[in-house]
Amino acid sequence: MRDVSRNIHAEFRGVLGRFTLDASFTVPATGITGLFGPSGCGKSTVLRCIAGLQQLPGSTFSIDGDVWQDGPLFRRPHQRPIGYVFQEASLFAHLSVQANLLYGAPRDAAHARSSIEFDEVVELLGLAALLERSPRHLSGGERQRVAIGRALLSQPKLLLMDEPLSALDRLTKDEILPFLERLHARLSLPVIYVSHDMAEIERLADHLVLMRAGKVLAAGPLTTLQSDPSLPLAASRDAAVNFEGTVESYDPSYSLLTLRIDGGRLLVPSPPAASGERRRLRIAAGDVSLAREHPHNTSILNVLPARIVSRTALGASEILVVLALGEDGAGAKLLARVTRRSWDHLQLAEGLDVIAQVKGVALAPGRNAGMHASSPGLRGR
Amino acid sequence: MGGISNEIWQPIRLTIELAALTTAILLIVGTPIAWWLARSKASWKEAVAAVVALPLVLPPTVLGFYLLVVLGPDGPGGALAGLWGGRTLAFTFEGLVFGSVIYSMPFVVQPIRNAFDAIGDRPLEVAATLRASPTRAFWTVAIPLARPGFLAGAVLGFAHTVGEFGIVLMIGGNIPGKTKVLSVAIFDFVETSQWREANILAAGMAAFAFVVILTMMLLEKRTARINR
Repeated sequence: MRDVSRNIHAEFRGVLGRFTLDASFTVPATGITGLFGPSGCGKSTVLRCIAGLQQLPGSTFSIDGDVWQDGPLFRRPHQRPIGYVFQEASLFAHLSVQANLLYGAPRDAAHARSSIEFDEVVELLGLAALLERSPRHLSGGERQRVAIGRALLSQPKLLLMDEPLSALDRLTKDEILPFLERLHARLSLPVIYVSHDMAEIERLADHLVLMRAGKVLAAGPLTTLQSDPSLPLAASRDAAVNFEGTVESYDPSYSLLTLRIDGGRLLVPSPPAASGERRRLRIAAGDVSLAREHPHNTSILNVLPARIVSRTALGASEILVVLALGEDGAGAKLLARVTRRSWDHLQLAEGLDVIAQVKGVALAPGRNAGMHASSPGLRGR
Repeated sequence: MGGISNEIWQPIRLTIELAALTTAILLIVGTPIAWWLARSKASWKEAVAAVVALPLVLPPTVLGFYLLVVLGPDGPGGALAGLWGGRTLAFTFEGLVFGSVIYSMPFVVQPIRNAFDAIGDRPLEVAATLRASPTRAFWTVAIPLARPGFLAGAVLGFAHTVGEFGIVLMIGGNIPGKTKVLSVAIFDFVETSQWREANILAAGMAAFAFVVILTMMLLEKRTARINR
């Protein structure tokens, strides 16, 4: 048994129509946990079970040692300290934006100085101009922002988000993602975020629960699961790994940021950023090539020593290589996709020290960047 | 106004009293029934819905006959009347209210149920995730969102009570000031060749019906917009 005191522990089992759910996972009760899988794999059902909107007998759920369901014990939805953001904003049509925001806010004086304050939420989500409006006169993105604010103001201990962006178009998504990133940075609220869009997970999640056909394939830190060749993520066409990088310096003459990651340093084109700032990076497997020796004349900025950890065949012609950064191979994991021909030609092998050439690093927009700037999302090479 | 006698005003007053009281009772009694019909997952709830809807298709004389049995001296109504020294609820104003509640029930319950159905589960689930107890969710979410249904139910219930004739004749008779309502009064005026009086009441009823139908159509449009 693992220590459940600082964890979210879930076990949901049951038959729903023709669908069998058998999902159990334990993740830390901090940060954003992505619940990822193809449509219809049971992600939303798991979320509904966590909220108590669906009751599967014989299931268990606890957070921070606080048991919400176990055996005969079942706390009803309104007795669980959750916030729930549905796919459609589902605002109350008969109430103004302000009344929607305050619907779940505690009224008693004890909560008057609550941890998540009204003004803070309004500022965080850019709602000031909308307060007096009716939900009917809001755009899709505005509605979803109000729904997020409404959930936050009910002072939840756990925020549940069920594909909050999937009903929105690309532009509106890019408008809301920075808000979620800000939320992540500013509030220490555990979030379970359901999505079938890996791009959203890569930008937001710290931990990941991978689901398929009602079962949990794996649960753990995002980067660990991304770089596990036995899981479908690493084998997919757009396989990538994420890193947390710390800004070391900024070179204004070339507009280049130097970031330290576990096992190396990266140079990334970027607007200025203060040193010490934490940024999320993404490196796609297809953007990493391998060399036996340090190239002397190359346009590629990021050339990092690494050690080959494992190889997995991808079809007949390609190989997925898992690398560990650093001279000693003790750093962060990186994925590279190379052709089988190159693998043989360079006489690569597991355990071998190589040079990883990174052609592109995507940098998530800074968490302190302007909220209303038209954000291009993850910035390309 | 001199031309319009008490003979005309009395049935109008009585009718409005009857319809208002009936509508009020139906909103109180009909709302829980409509809520249960909309929310219950019981397999036999449609059977209950059918019983509630029976007055829509039964000939008024059939309903009137059974009401007469129930309200009469040998039925529960008679026993009830015995509590205050009466002999029967038939041919009394109270009996008329009881009958009206029964035969106007589908006109109130159906629109309210439809409105509850149209809301769906989602707003109530949202309320629950915002710490609202089922009771609070009912009063602060379900009722306000179903408002067009309540308005429609009230208007239809009122109008249908005003217009009923067959059942009134069966269980109420024609006692001025007690059970002589508009529809019976018109019949009476025609029987006694008071065409002018009959004309005034009939024209008034026609105008009233027009206003009711128009109100309903406007309400429906509004509901459609809210549930968009």
